[in-house]
Amino acid sequence: MNDMRKYVSKTVQTIPPSGIRKFFDLVSQMGGVISLGVGEPDFVTPWHIREACFYSLEQGYTMYTSNQGLIELREEIALYMRKHIGVTYSPEKEILVTVGVSEAVDLALRAIIEPGDEVLVPGPSYVSYAPGTSLAYGVPVAVDTFVEDEYRLRPDILEKCITPKSKVLILTYPNNPTGGIMKQEDLQALVDLIIKNDLIVISDEIYSELTYNGKHVSIAALPGMKDRTIVFNGFSKAFAMTGWRIGYACGHPDLIAAMNKIHQYTIMCAPIMAQQAALEALRHGESEMRKMVENYNYRRKIILAGLREIGMECFEPQGAFYAFPSIALTGMNSEEFSEKLLMEEKVAVVPGSAFGRTGDDHVRCCYAASVNDIEQALERMGRFLARHRKG
Amino acid sequence: MELAKKILKILEHDAKISPKAIATMLDTDEDKVQEVLSYLEKEKFILGYNTVINWDRFGENGVEAMIDVKVTPAREVGFNAVAERISRFPEVRSVYLMSGAYDLSVVVAAESLKDIALFVSHKLSTLDEVQSTTTHFILKRYKQDNFIFEKPQEDRRLVISP
Repeated sequence: MNDMRKYVSKTVQTIPPSGIRKFFDLVSQMGGVISLGVGEPDFVTPWHIREACFYSLEQGYTMYTSNQGLIELREEIALYMRKHIGVTYSPEKEILVTVGVSEAVDLALRAIIEPGDEVLVPGPSYVSYAPGTSLAYGVPVAVDTFVEDEYRLRPDILEKCITPKSKVLILTYPNNPTGGIMKQEDLQALVDLIIKNDLIVISDEIYSELTYNGKHVSIAALPGMKDRTIVFNGFSKAFAMTGWRIGYACGHPDLIAAMNKIHQYTIMCAPIMAQQAALEALRHGESEMRKMVENYNYRRKIILAGLREIGMECFEPQGAFYAFPSIALTGMNSEEFSEKLLMEEKVAVVPGSAFGRTGDDHVRCCYAASVNDIEQALERMGRFLARHRKG
Repeated sequence: MELAKKILKILEHDAKISPKAIATMLDTDEDKVQEVLSYLEKEKFILGYNTVINWDRFGENGVEAMIDVKVTPAREVGFNAVAERISRFPEVRSVYLMSGAYDLSVVVAAESLKDIALFVSHKLSTLDEVQSTTTHFILKRYKQDNFIFEKPQEDRRLVISP
């Protein structure tokens, strides 16, 4: 077979392979694994939402929608955003329905970045912002966050990373993998810096409904921030709809129009069946969603107490459905830890290194698993730690 | 009482969750949960702990029937006296007072159709207050007490995802 790699663009070649790919291959070949390695709810999409999708298919809704998405859906999103984060967006001009938040973030980066522009990416964070930036010919700049600060983004650390080329700041709270959140005062502390340096904020709030102590605050709701913030949200986490691939972006009409330009030529529109399901989720999904959130909260407490009981230091996650315990007591790095834990005790966790350089002495444990599985996994991890405690 | 309600909400869905886990979920301690549970059990807020079993999978062919019963209510005690009387038969699983065309809905379980027929003709219909009965046999169970009767489903999620 010919070696075709030379045809692959330099941009794509230089993007490092996914940190969890190798690990995924390893896990896939094993049986009897308890997985705390997933990144999605353990609930299936609530039945009324699935049923609404069947009905719309029966009614023959199988065509394209407008590029921006069904207007009814955008209207519901506008209502939801007003209630959820207290910001009013025009359904006609300020909302774009996308194929998951993933597409929306890609659109925003491509719509905003000139080659060489710098994008500030707080870490540890979800894996796709830096590669997404590179694919848009921007330069990702890692901004570290630390457990001592409860993984909040500190203005002084951010300021040190800002250069004349900085154009975009990514915010991703509640955070995957740390479970950290930004309270109103934490966000407020960043505002001056953002405005002074004329940054656009890409705020990925996909986990916003999964905020456990108090209410989620969006930076877009702070004075002076609406125009320069694009808020991203979707249905995957709150409504257990990951596979539907449906999300949206809300922001200034000029930015949404620019994103829509790329969206219309590359994607056309989000699938109509997913849009119909999303409509049902927003109209009638709140009570089921609240039940799921309450359930995650219970399991959050179980895993946190369990991890601490077996001697792992762990920040109390305030949002999302991940715990991010330290593995420092073993002296291993996160890949080594995860691999050994998998081989010896058949528990899958995700190495923290996949989420950025400050993640390496941690592993991500997803608690969207049954209480029974969580308890069993903790027992196995306890055995593992007893064997591998350093010194 | 607020704590008791929260405990019951959790147990309602999964009676196997340990008091220790419940304590963690509700930010309290295990002893407190134990204490509340003992009270709830003693005072019959919690009547018991059942297991929902799909006996079909085990090859058991017991039968169940739902019987609509019309009764004559008695002075002073209304429907209660006869309902309580019917409840005491061990083959009776549930008894409900209903609105509508009949008065009591009685769920009966037995080994065979014949056993149920005997129960209706010998025990139920012969009660003075019972005017008439209509027996419906359960042919197939699809869902019971929140559980859908289906084959075991594997977790279909990818084992690792970002």
